[in-house]
Amino acid sequence: MARTRQASLRQRGALIAGRLARDATRRLGRGGGTALPGLVAGKLAPDLIEAAGTLPGLGAVTVTGTNGKTTTTHLIAAIAREAGWTPLTNRSGSNLARGLVTALVDTATGTGAIDDRDQRLGLYEVDEAVLPTVFARLRPRAAVFLNLFRDQLDRYGEIDSVAEGWAGMLPPKPGSENGASWAPTLVLNADDPSVAQLAEDAPGRVVWFGIDDVSVALPGGEHASDARFCRCGARLTHDVQFMGHVGHWSCSSCGRRRPTPEVAATRVALDADGSEVELRVGEETATLRVPTAGLYSVTNALAAIAAAHALGIDTEVAVRAVRAAGPAFGRQERFVVGGKHVRVWLAKNPAGLNEIVRALLASGPDHQLTVLAMLNDDIQDGKDVSWIYDADLERLAGHLGGLVCSGDRADDMALRIAIGGVTPTAVVAETEAALDSALALVDEGGTLDVVATYTAMIDVREAAARRAGVGSYWESTEPSR
Amino acid sequence: MTALGASVRVVTLYDDVMNVYADRGNLLAIQHRAAKRGIGVEAIAASLGDPLPDAPDLVLIGGGQDREQRRIADELCGHGPMLRAWADDGVAMLAVCGGFQLFGRWYRDTSGVTLTGAGVFDVTTVAPGPGQERCIGDIVVQSTIPEVGEVVGFENHGGRTYLGPTAEPFARVEYGRGNNGADGTEGAVYRSAIGTYLHGSVLPKNPRLLDWLLGRAILHRTGSLPVLPPLDDALELRAHRAAIEVAQRRSPKFA
Repeated sequence: MARTRQASLRQRGALIAGRLARDATRRLGRGGGTALPGLVAGKLAPDLIEAAGTLPGLGAVTVTGTNGKTTTTHLIAAIAREAGWTPLTNRSGSNLARGLVTALVDTATGTGAIDDRDQRLGLYEVDEAVLPTVFARLRPRAAVFLNLFRDQLDRYGEIDSVAEGWAGMLPPKPGSENGASWAPTLVLNADDPSVAQLAEDAPGRVVWFGIDDVSVALPGGEHASDARFCRCGARLTHDVQFMGHVGHWSCSSCGRRRPTPEVAATRVALDADGSEVELRVGEETATLRVPTAGLYSVTNALAAIAAAHALGIDTEVAVRAVRAAGPAFGRQERFVVGGKHVRVWLAKNPAGLNEIVRALLASGPDHQLTVLAMLNDDIQDGKDVSWIYDADLERLAGHLGGLVCSGDRADDMALRIAIGGVTPTAVVAETEAALDSALALVDEGGTLDVVATYTAMIDVREAAARRAGVGSYWESTEPSR
Repeated sequence: MTALGASVRVVTLYDDVMNVYADRGNLLAIQHRAAKRGIGVEAIAASLGDPLPDAPDLVLIGGGQDREQRRIADELCGHGPMLRAWADDGVAMLAVCGGFQLFGRWYRDTSGVTLTGAGVFDVTTVAPGPGQERCIGDIVVQSTIPEVGEVVGFENHGGRTYLGPTAEPFARVEYGRGNNGADGTEGAVYRSAIGTYLHGSVLPKNPRLLDWLLGRAILHRTGSLPVLPPLDDALELRAHRAAIEVAQRRSPKFA
């Protein structure tokens, strides 16, 4: 690409300083150092954000949305590797501006250079509220938008402002008065009306993805629905809903409706560990095994395949890569602890938690689950824990053989589930003790499903990984040199 | 289990529009607690375009963003005379956050538009100009209703609410900000109607507040205030105490 260029001397120096900061925090045992290296390097060379877009020879791709960012980014990275490219990507949970710079620091050599630049694809998961502040600086060649749900209103404010930020950051259409020379391809979820309406502001190509198979729709409406109204102000109508307001939607007032997706799941068969999907990609068809459970995992896989399609990667390559991909960090990751399986699910908001409940129930009506439910209230979890009342936890009643509630707000979680009709077996705030008491409820060879908010997930995953003899957080993600 | 022989009619207003802070937990908790006591709950949802149902004993409305408040304001204002008549007649009400603002006299939103409210409470609300912080955080208040006592929740609002000459506050702020962050008042109470900024959802972990509203709803239905049999509130009180601890650690103590 014509815009790419080598790192400037100043940028190289900043990247070297970032590496030193990272190595120092690790030596001090201060965790993985996902923020500080980016802060240090970004301070010394503020244009490293631009560099995250220009240094990779194959350009940059952004992935955003309320749910599924990390998994979709993880899958696109796997596809890029399968295609012979070398992704340059930020690490799990490090999706603010400084996280993009940390991705460069992690990739830089000891002399501050980026190796293998010609084959590099910048691939960045970006927080939905942060994306508008970096989009025009990154100038990605493609941008993936997954969905928009209510999430941590104490942090993001109200969700309308997020949607307005997305629409406002796009460059003007080419040929218009202020037409930009840059026209990113938008990869959009046709099933989410909040995302789909972005196409009206698209400066260039749009690649749509979506679920055509209505047999996997919800039997009725779902409470956690956040887009009930059209841009024109009228109430949206849904023929079917897959999750919340995501489904086959239309507006009887202005005629806006769900576009026909270019990348579609024409048939979906969900099971306890994943799903079999018949795909249509343009004129082609393919069969895809999605290796993680839940309809939301199908949507993430579709988004990744649509991104690959937008980047000109063969569908066959993309399907192969998705089938072989393991779970992303803390997203249905599995550990074996003392002959018992531990599966870790990250729950961040009502829509995501509803999907986890649905995926758990896919193991069959007679299967009794053992669940460790962990609720924290740090900034990254959301200080306001009221969102648990928006999730339909009533569906778990009758399917739980054992339930331990844990985390800083274990008591809130226990009360929420009790109101839903399930009496917790135990309430144990502290992580290690909660894991002990939950594992004691599982038979040899059985599975403990741990459903946890972000910081609780980090803690419990660390505990499970250590007991299973697996490496720690920062060793288990993208290898850095 | 004591069957009180009572059944109450609960009307939720605009619950598919005004639901931004999980206020549906209030209805879930009422149903849960009423069921344990053998009290019937008939829940009726009324949203945009629907007529107001007849003869409610308890009315619930939750919070919404400015856009949602604008969507319902005209219709809700049209319902004002009926809502005020119900409140005068002793119907129990819980109006939370945006619902509380629109149950007041008027609300001037962030774009400077003034929305006329239903006028159940003698309060007015002004969204502050740009640069002014929202009131966000855990909150503990002491209710002016002696049976209700201490109430915990989470507040997240831009609007500053001021009590008019005939308004009574629902509570005094202990930790957090309340109506306007300045005068120490929180919410408003008129007969059996409560307006408040507290969500969380507020009723699950404040069983005394829930029981007060439920008792008032039964009073409206039957003409006599029931003695509600006590329940095992261990989980409720643990969640209540946990919320107090968080508020004491993270929220400003009101001087």
